[in-house]
Amino acid sequence: MSAYGSWQPVIGLEIHAQLSTQSKLFSGASTAYGAEPNTHTGLVDIALPGTLPVPNRAALDKAIRFGLAIDARIAPHSVFARKNYFYPDLPKGYQISQYELPVVAEGKLAVRLDDGRTIEVAIERAHLEEDAGKSLHEEFHGATGIDLNRAGTPLLEIVSKPVLYSAAEAVAYMRTVHTLVRWLGVCDGNMQEGSFRCDANVSVRPTSSDKLGTRTEIKNVNSFRFVEKAIEYEIERQIRALENGEKIVQETRLYDPARHQTRPMRGKEDANDYRYFPDPDLPPLAVTADDIAAVKATMPELPEARRTRYVEALGLPEADAVQLCTDRATADYFEAVLAALPGEAKLAANWTLGEVSAALNEATLTIEESRVPAAALAQLLTRVREGVISGKIAKDVFAAMWAGEGSADEVIEKRGLKQISDSGALAAAIDAVLAEYPTQLADFRGGNEKLLQFFVGQVMKRTRGQANPQQLNALLREKLK
Amino acid sequence: MSLSITQLAQALRERKTSATELTRQALAAAKNRSDLNALITLDETGALAAAERADVALATNPSPLAGVPFAHKDIFCTNGLRTTCASRMLDNFVPPYNATVVDKLAGAQAVAIGKANMDEFAMGSSNENSFYGPVKNPWDVTRVPGGSSGGSAALVAAGVVPFATGTDTGGSIRQPAAFCGITGLKPTYGRVSRFGMIAFASSLDTASVLARSAEDCAQVLAVMAGHDARDATSANRAVDDYVGSLAKPLQGLRIGVAREYFGAGIDAGVGAAVQAALKQYEKLGATLVDVSLPNAALAIPAYYVIAPAEASSNLARYDGVRYGYAAEEPKSLEDMYTRTRAEGFGAEVKRRILVGTYALSAGYYDAYYLRAQRVRRLIANDFAEAFKSVDLIAGPTTPTVAFKLGEKNSDPLAMYAEDVNTVAVNLAGLPAISLPAGFSEKLPVGLQLIAPAFEEARLLNAAHQFQLASDWHTRKPEGVA
Repeated sequence: MSAYGSWQPVIGLEIHAQLSTQSKLFSGASTAYGAEPNTHTGLVDIALPGTLPVPNRAALDKAIRFGLAIDARIAPHSVFARKNYFYPDLPKGYQISQYELPVVAEGKLAVRLDDGRTIEVAIERAHLEEDAGKSLHEEFHGATGIDLNRAGTPLLEIVSKPVLYSAAEAVAYMRTVHTLVRWLGVCDGNMQEGSFRCDANVSVRPTSSDKLGTRTEIKNVNSFRFVEKAIEYEIERQIRALENGEKIVQETRLYDPARHQTRPMRGKEDANDYRYFPDPDLPPLAVTADDIAAVKATMPELPEARRTRYVEALGLPEADAVQLCTDRATADYFEAVLAALPGEAKLAANWTLGEVSAALNEATLTIEESRVPAAALAQLLTRVREGVISGKIAKDVFAAMWAGEGSADEVIEKRGLKQISDSGALAAAIDAVLAEYPTQLADFRGGNEKLLQFFVGQVMKRTRGQANPQQLNALLREKLK
Repeated sequence: MSLSITQLAQALRERKTSATELTRQALAAAKNRSDLNALITLDETGALAAAERADVALATNPSPLAGVPFAHKDIFCTNGLRTTCASRMLDNFVPPYNATVVDKLAGAQAVAIGKANMDEFAMGSSNENSFYGPVKNPWDVTRVPGGSSGGSAALVAAGVVPFATGTDTGGSIRQPAAFCGITGLKPTYGRVSRFGMIAFASSLDTASVLARSAEDCAQVLAVMAGHDARDATSANRAVDDYVGSLAKPLQGLRIGVAREYFGAGIDAGVGAAVQAALKQYEKLGATLVDVSLPNAALAIPAYYVIAPAEASSNLARYDGVRYGYAAEEPKSLEDMYTRTRAEGFGAEVKRRILVGTYALSAGYYDAYYLRAQRVRRLIANDFAEAFKSVDLIAGPTTPTVAFKLGEKNSDPLAMYAEDVNTVAVNLAGLPAISLPAGFSEKLPVGLQLIAPAFEEARLLNAAHQFQLASDWHTRKPEGVA
């Protein structure tokens, strides 16, 4: 039974992932974000007469990489086509995309849902295309500014089959793709800068039907939360309309995040006829078995495989494994720590997901930018394991390392935090404490065993927390006998 | 200037003349023949500066073209020099870069005197579709020079320059060469870079040379040909030794005579001249073989779907946003597009954009564009089949001699029929040459030789051997020195 009564929503996503190449899809201009308008534009990008597109092989390699990761078919020959329409920020009057023969086809991706289920999402295709420029409507009185820096930036458009049956499934799928493209290093995933954005095709049908209903397309939603809200709204709007006996109009709708609703963007009468045809400036894009093998050789272990390994081989709890694998840099960090501390997976995971993660959040840094790199953390945890410092002191040392006071050893040395494991020194401290609290000592000996913790605390205080806890316990019990 | 490139090169090397002297002569001749309207832009300053550099180069290590004056068809982008494509749309367009062909000829120290008139965006067979007015045929100024490289052909025929660059999409080098009694070579698609050559129909456009002899064509093609990383359709294969192949005797050469080229539409005088030229070939040791190209009649309809379809997309960039003509005081975006394009393009260009847009439209694509592409394959197969038994295929370049200015202007279909013998070669991507083969009604007749892909050397050899045994190519219009 559907959460929507007798209705079943059906959703397909078109995700645009900007490929993280240095230069554009068909020109040598830079793809860097945030430059002065029209400074990252070459002859080809502004479509000067006579200029010609030349494909960027780096973008192709990234598309292949994604295709291999979703177990897709890589086309030995894919074809660039022209999508013709007029818009001021589309310099050539057409966008070069792939239409009938995309580079990647028929893939699949396992997606974990929040409720613990895993679904397999069929991906129809992923094709290369160039981005358009930007129209700036606000800053120019009575006119529109055109910035072509983004024009020609390579995109991979990842098109799922309509096999997602709730907003939650759609968002979980989108997150999984987001993790994957960053994991593979094909896209930086930056949603604020528009590097990862999504169009959602939404329709509803009676649960008894296996025919798809009329769909609407929600354009350009660039946050997970908004995608979820927009789809929720659209599902409910369509159900309401159908229950009122109205028909769904096939149209493009925009999501208004301020009002949490979608509204029509352009009507049917303005529907473009894109006049797709193969781009005669670009021969079919050839991919040989060698090309594929070369990309395969550099493929990292995929998130799903790593997660499984963490649970099965390292014995980590499922939740830790999932969290460590939300991005590759975090998982790599964890593994670098673990490499220096064989057998201490849980300790390494706890610190990666605990102290490190909290410090990064507070400083809004990525794990690559961590002020305590994996090797430094490994040294700190090694000292814990060796008993040089306690786990509790280690947190203070970590804070000091984060603040830039030096390596674990340097901080321990400088602050004199070495645990007191010398039984002579410990015995002296215990004797002093017992001498200081004769009443409590008498009480204890009279049977109040709870006072043991009191004595531990006092010794710790006297040694500024540096007493080796195990040793202290043993010695104290000895003395109290 | 009646000397060949070889003769000029020798005179320059022997210091009998200088590049500056030759350039002054060419500039004077150009002004003297302004009645032909063959140039859109005369670049005196640039030419004299280039001549000075050539004179320096000649002193040390001269290339065969060093110091030789010539004209560029105004379709090749020239850095800092207005490039109009004979369109109001680009009347004010000064490219910030050179076409590859322009760079190569400049690198060989050839001296460009200016930009030759042409049909607007290379669309036409009479050079009457120029924003700058029609070009006149030096043999009879009441007649057309052919098109679209009409200005280039008229300048060479009138002895202003020994050679000129041209482009050939459906016959635009060969037909004007035939009408003006000179030699014009259309290379294999991909042999010469298209970078910087303003696009008409990308899958058909080729760049090359018009000159007085095959030998001169060989010298120039040797400089123009070669792979260019900036053109993805450019052929990455070695360039043959065109000049070195000229001397080979024709003993044993098999020339296919395509019966379809001698059908109903051909003028008797043209047929007779071509037959006589074929007899001459037999005397030179060649064998004539009857061949058939059964789909020849389909070439015109297929061409006039494919070329306009590509053009409709290629010309979408002329929108008034970034460069070129822009309508004044637009009331809206649509008004800007509509008026910019209505005012900026001439009638024939608009006609082809409309035809091409229609052919690519949803619902018509299969019936027109796809069907035309299938015909294109049949035509290519016809040639492949014929070349199993012959080395070259011969026929008249055009069915008639140069017609009167205005004669076919009002009848686009009659004008398109002019291309009946030339367009199939572009559809198949093959090289072909038109060489003077006699006269009909005191006007030059062209013989067309077609070769398998990348056999330009064979074509030039066959044409050169014919020219050693005939003097048609040395004939000059009355009054031309």
